[in-house]
Amino acid sequence: MEWFFEAVNLARLQFAFTVAFHIIFPVFTIGLASFLFVLNLQHLRTQNPVYLDMFNYWKKIFTLSFGMGVVSGIVMSYQFGTNWSVYADKVGPILGPLIGYEVLSAFFLEAGFLGVMLFGRKRVGAKLHLFATGMVALGTLSSGFWILSVNSWMQTPAGHTINELGQFVPVDWFAVIFNPSFLHRLAHMILAAYLTTAFVVGGVAAYHLLKTRKGKVDPSVNQEAIRKMFSMAMWMAAIVAPIQIFAGDAHGLNTLKYQPMKIAALEGHFESQKPAGLVLFGIPNEEEARMDYKVEIPLLGSLILRHDLDGEVQGLDAFPREDWPPMAPPFYAFRVMVGIGFLMLGIGIWSLVMRKRGKLYEATKLHKAAIIMAPSGFIAVISGWIVTEVGRQPFTVYHLLRTADSVSPVDAPAVAASLIAFIVVYFALFGAGIRYILKQMHKPPVYSEDVLHDGSPERAAGFVPPSITDKRATSRSRA
Amino acid sequence: MIDYALIWAGLIAFAVLAYVVLDGFDLGVGILFSCVKGKDNRDQMMNSVAPVWDGNETWLILGGAGLFAVFPLAYAIIMPALYIPIFTMLLALVFRGVAFEFRWKVTSEKNPWDKVFAGGSTVAAFAQGIVLGGLIEGIPVDGRAYAGGWWDWLTPFTIFTGVSLVIGYTLLGATWLVSKTEGALQETAKRHARTAAIGTLFCIAAVSLYTPFLHAHFAQRWFQWPELFYVIPVPLLVVACAWALFKGIRRPRGVNAYLAAVGIFTLSYIGLAISFFPYMIPSSVTLWEAAAPDVSLKFLLIGAAFLIPIILTYTAYSYWVFRGKVEQSSGYHN
Repeated sequence: MEWFFEAVNLARLQFAFTVAFHIIFPVFTIGLASFLFVLNLQHLRTQNPVYLDMFNYWKKIFTLSFGMGVVSGIVMSYQFGTNWSVYADKVGPILGPLIGYEVLSAFFLEAGFLGVMLFGRKRVGAKLHLFATGMVALGTLSSGFWILSVNSWMQTPAGHTINELGQFVPVDWFAVIFNPSFLHRLAHMILAAYLTTAFVVGGVAAYHLLKTRKGKVDPSVNQEAIRKMFSMAMWMAAIVAPIQIFAGDAHGLNTLKYQPMKIAALEGHFESQKPAGLVLFGIPNEEEARMDYKVEIPLLGSLILRHDLDGEVQGLDAFPREDWPPMAPPFYAFRVMVGIGFLMLGIGIWSLVMRKRGKLYEATKLHKAAIIMAPSGFIAVISGWIVTEVGRQPFTVYHLLRTADSVSPVDAPAVAASLIAFIVVYFALFGAGIRYILKQMHKPPVYSEDVLHDGSPERAAGFVPPSITDKRATSRSRA
Repeated sequence: MIDYALIWAGLIAFAVLAYVVLDGFDLGVGILFSCVKGKDNRDQMMNSVAPVWDGNETWLILGGAGLFAVFPLAYAIIMPALYIPIFTMLLALVFRGVAFEFRWKVTSEKNPWDKVFAGGSTVAAFAQGIVLGGLIEGIPVDGRAYAGGWWDWLTPFTIFTGVSLVIGYTLLGATWLVSKTEGALQETAKRHARTAAIGTLFCIAAVSLYTPFLHAHFAQRWFQWPELFYVIPVPLLVVACAWALFKGIRRPRGVNAYLAAVGIFTLSYIGLAISFFPYMIPSSVTLWEAAAPDVSLKFLLIGAAFLIPIILTYTAYSYWVFRGKVEQSSGYHN
């Protein structure tokens, strides 16, 4: 219990809680923004109204998620100062400008063009609307770029010196941004965002495919849109899931090189071994530094990590005890993440087989599996986040700044009170938000009565000539 | 030798001012939700800010992240010192932000999210006023960290500045509505704008008369020759803006009243900046002490020099796209 009464642990819990809640929104909106851009582009190219119907369908879900992402993100940007002020003072000169770039290049881009993307189609014309959608998508990706650079620098710091005040001072910005693990992390995360979104889209489409096939079909339901959603999502799964497994493996090797303690924790090795097995399951006993009930495949650990059947794999015992990360959370979370990755690959392959047989839209079992897998991306992302962040403990900046030395001079009761407030508020509000999103997903996509060509001229610039301003009222009420 | 810290102090000050005048009006619209009844009226009020509030709020992130980036010491001292009001503000903004999206999911006349929106806006404004008051009063510092307790911010003065900002944002919101609406709703907005204008001017006068006595260097700035010569235009211009404001409220269209209110806010803000300079945290930390090393300031400045004009351009464009009065029927999410 003592653990809970220390300000530093409460601050850690608070950060973990608010990030875990926050992360699901950007992950989803990164993928969804790109998806919306593709739909908009396809519509402009092919003039097929089905893409506009899909766009309008997912747009609503995007807005809800984006709103929640923004407000939970504001909290994050202030938390460095409130709970981690010593950390903020020390890493500010390095991480501050990177976060500053995120705000300047990403948040403003998203927020500035979001209004046009959501409400402005009739006001600015199709091409400019496509541009606005593209800017929102670019903003979400740019945000991912900078925030992963920040996170990677904390994992594999580079390009800095430490001054007499104990602050990290940049020497080489290129080395800071493109630190040794950055590109691996960025690729892994963006792919995760695309997969997560693909499985949500695929799950929703599968749900409506199943419902349609049960009989009662409302003629206003856009069957073509449902099929297209499912097809696009399954292509994404089939193509991206194997790439992600490959990227994950490369990231693992990178982590082995720069953060071997983290690998020891997530592989479940307390002792160094040569050759090492692959621990499939076990219960880490951290007090006695032993893995209980271990199920292990001999030699495979050496093969995967060293690409050699007789390679040595370091365990936690190769490092000072006070530097060990807690083993259980990364160990379990890693297995969840990898397991989901292979399940996603399975769905992708299954969809290819069904597609080949021409039964993609009739494969009931595949549809049911896709529904079950719909939220799997979120679980995988949060698991991956636990692997990487808990695996970095007990440091905030790996090997250079301890978590215990990063915390604010704030009393435990203040942190506890704000933590409780966050838990209550987040569950109530985001619970309501997620309910609204599910309600929205429960509705099928429909044919829109307004096709693009409603008589108003299409222009590249967004200025509405006076002659059609009268029409604005009517067209906007339908927008 | 370029003084990067000074340039950045100016940019951060600009970001915070941009936040205050932009999010100020949409918070004000939220505060007014509790004074205006009827679903249609409230729909219109919501529609007048829905396309732009995201962008407005982003200036707050820039203020916070910018402080972290270029004045990490000030950030590390201010945040723990004003822990409770800042968290209260964040939670209130969370409530209010989701109300924007969720409100449209409820179709009945009585909408619980309306209360959330009004409450969140009011509490956020009040907490921001407390943060401002706490900063004006000053923060005890020991070495490189905050040296007080977690309730130190709670004083009669900070409560007063909290209430003042609620009234001030109400003025911004009401004048914004005067420019964006017509008919009965506009009349209501005019009435509230007048009341809020009187309240705001009273609060500004009270705070202005009180602050010089808080710190010796504040008094020196305002009451000593020749400094007096440079600062005296500020209160005179406030009077001119007040005249334009009351005149603007009476006019049926245009944004004059809102711009006059923005003028009053800007001048008050300049007044505060005159008092503060060269301190980041009055009497404890100057802006040069708080600044990050030049290498960090320079790196971010390159980006800011390119990006801030672009941001201002497309922000202005977005306001242009959604210019004019909001119609009663214009839908948001349906």
